[in-house]
Amino acid sequence: MKQTDTVKVDHARKARDFIADKERTDWHNGAITYLREKRDLGVGGVPEWEDLRNLASQIKTNVLGNLDDYLEEFEKNALANGVKVHWASDGDEHNRIVHDILKRYDTKMVVKSKSMLTEECHLNQYLESNNIEVVDTDLGERIIQMRHEGPSHIVAPAIHIRKEEVGQLFHEQLNTDEGAADPQYLTEAARQHLRQKFLEADVALTGVNFAIAETGGVVVCTNEGNADMGVHMVPCQIHSMGIEKIIPRAGDLGVFTRLLARSATGQPITIYTSHHQKPKPGGEMHIIIVDNGRSAHLGRDDFYTALKCIRCGACMNSCPVYRRSGGYSYGHTVPGPIGSILTPGFNLKKFKELPFASTLCGACSDVCPVKINIHEQLYKWRQVVGEKGELEKSKAMPLHWAGKILSSHKKYQIVGRLARKALRFLPGAITSNRFNPWSRQRELPKPPRQSFGEWYKQQNK
Amino acid sequence: MEVGLFIPCYIDQFYPHVGQDTLSLLEKMGCKVVYPEGQTCCGQPLANSGLEHEAKPIYSHLVDTFAGFAYHVKHHYDIVEQDSDVKSVRERMYDITAFLTDVLKVNQLEARFPHRVGIHQSCHGLRGLRMARSTELQVPPYSKWRQLLELVKDIQLVELDRPDECCGFGGTFSVGEEAVSVKMGQDRIADHKRNGAEFITSGDMSCLMHMEGLLRRKKDPVKVIHLVEILNG
Ligand code: SF4
Repeated sequence: MKQTDTVKVDHARKARDFIADKERTDWHNGAITYLREKRDLGVGGVPEWEDLRNLASQIKTNVLGNLDDYLEEFEKNALANGVKVHWASDGDEHNRIVHDILKRYDTKMVVKSKSMLTEECHLNQYLESNNIEVVDTDLGERIIQMRHEGPSHIVAPAIHIRKEEVGQLFHEQLNTDEGAADPQYLTEAARQHLRQKFLEADVALTGVNFAIAETGGVVVCTNEGNADMGVHMVPCQIHSMGIEKIIPRAGDLGVFTRLLARSATGQPITIYTSHHQKPKPGGEMHIIIVDNGRSAHLGRDDFYTALKCIRCGACMNSCPVYRRSGGYSYGHTVPGPIGSILTPGFNLKKFKELPFASTLCGACSDVCPVKINIHEQLYKWRQVVGEKGELEKSKAMPLHWAGKILSSHKKYQIVGRLARKALRFLPGAITSNRFNPWSRQRELPKPPRQSFGEWYKQQNK
Repeated sequence: MEVGLFIPCYIDQFYPHVGQDTLSLLEKMGCKVVYPEGQTCCGQPLANSGLEHEAKPIYSHLVDTFAGFAYHVKHHYDIVEQDSDVKSVRERMYDITAFLTDVLKVNQLEARFPHRVGIHQSCHGLRGLRMARSTELQVPPYSKWRQLLELVKDIQLVELDRPDECCGFGGTFSVGEEAVSVKMGQDRIADHKRNGAEFITSGDMSCLMHMEGLLRRKKDPVKVIHLVEILNG
């Protein structure tokens, strides 16, 4: 991943802008909370839930510890199935591989479904700059593509857009009735529009949820079926996957399909669980295995388990910050808690604020179906930011002095007494002004005359 | 039983009555309480801001004077050398709630509190120290906070729509991410009010400090009260 872009993602500022529209923030929070509530209902029906989480975590930890072997096994079996396997070290290489395949088909269009990885690689922009049309076929992805936006959530990429806004968008671009916002009507319009694209396409691309080392096949979990529609109607299918998508055996799959859909939306299983193992007669099947910063992450002892992630989105749905700051405040394809522990590894200067965009409440770690200790990794990334001297001066300096004061009882007592005095006697205009972020919307605590320590001493004279 | 009392720095400075109630409650339970002089802070404000290393002298100072702010000391004191003092402090340190339920096994109280009270399950207590079941986990429900409050006479505990949503304090998060922090706090308070709470209680005074600040700014009649203030009657 490119390190050249070092402009810091200012999460706090973006969050403030988002929250300025209170009504919209409440709606966004509510829409995502609804997903979490459905998850709780779905999970509630599985008494062995915690055992499943343990099992999934162990399987994935084993995979990450032996990833080179599993990848080789996977490649060997895929090749034996007649699949063409490509390796891409970064997003650019991935995009060039896709482009080369498209060139051979002499096609100016590709239909695409369910791939956060291609978002991460900026495939759409790359192909469009080469005059190739990319058609995202899942409704949510199509909507954001029509708006020229990235996803704001990894499972529900258009969750930040209201149905009325979709109605307006479709009216402008697909000629639906003005003011129409009925989801069924709009979905039907999108379906008709996409059908045409499916018929025209020669190449279809999908993401991958699981790649099974033992069989060399890939598994794609979807609700709309567009990934299958695309793949079944074209001679050439491409599946792009990150190196961490491996599971060892077909027999392990059940553990993950049970966890994935329930964690994401509360469904027992996604509507479609599609297995792609070999090319159709007379057709071609390609699998592109992408690194893009993942192997470097695998080498970080404190952080590599973030690669266990199965992209269910539950940590986002459970994050009280994400729900109120919106996906775009994280400045990356994968937002929310998991994004905040992956991105600093890709580019510390750019994403150094994200580990601080959390209260460390820990809901993400408890909800994660593969038991990634997300909030502990957030804490550890903060230490990395501190050690590398990347903390903002305005933050580090006062804390540096606090450290000096708090390790000495004498200094602490004196400063405490002075601070309480100051708060008591200075006019509110000085202590509660708008330049002090605490008191812009909050009162400071009322300072008592005596500290506990002073009181205790008096009692025990 | 002899107990050393650790009073976190902000309680010492801003909420001494919570310290006094804790002391008094423990004495009522028959404990001999000492408050080792010279204590300051557990180092959490620095460490949570990414300056764990600058917090080291504070950690040592605390271990020297003895115990600490339960969650932070229990979970994050790996970076100081684990000599026998450090280990013993880490092992024998309890948050007041868990000390009452697990060590003293309190099963009756004199206290009476005839009000409608909402419990704010602080995240560090909830998921860090496992004082109660978080709504994420599929394990049988329990709550040490509720267990104690249910011993108080005439108290009415209200049910919340989101029983374990974070209040948004988060230490330096409260100023670094002021907008989100405030919104989270306001939403939390709204949940308590919607369900009829007159008081919001918690085992964590820092969450309450944040919510109190928001309530007072809005001149809202809802009050915050630390758990031990209720338990001490
Ligand atoms: S980190 Fe865990 S909860 Fe978050 S998306 Fe990945 S698997 Fe789901």
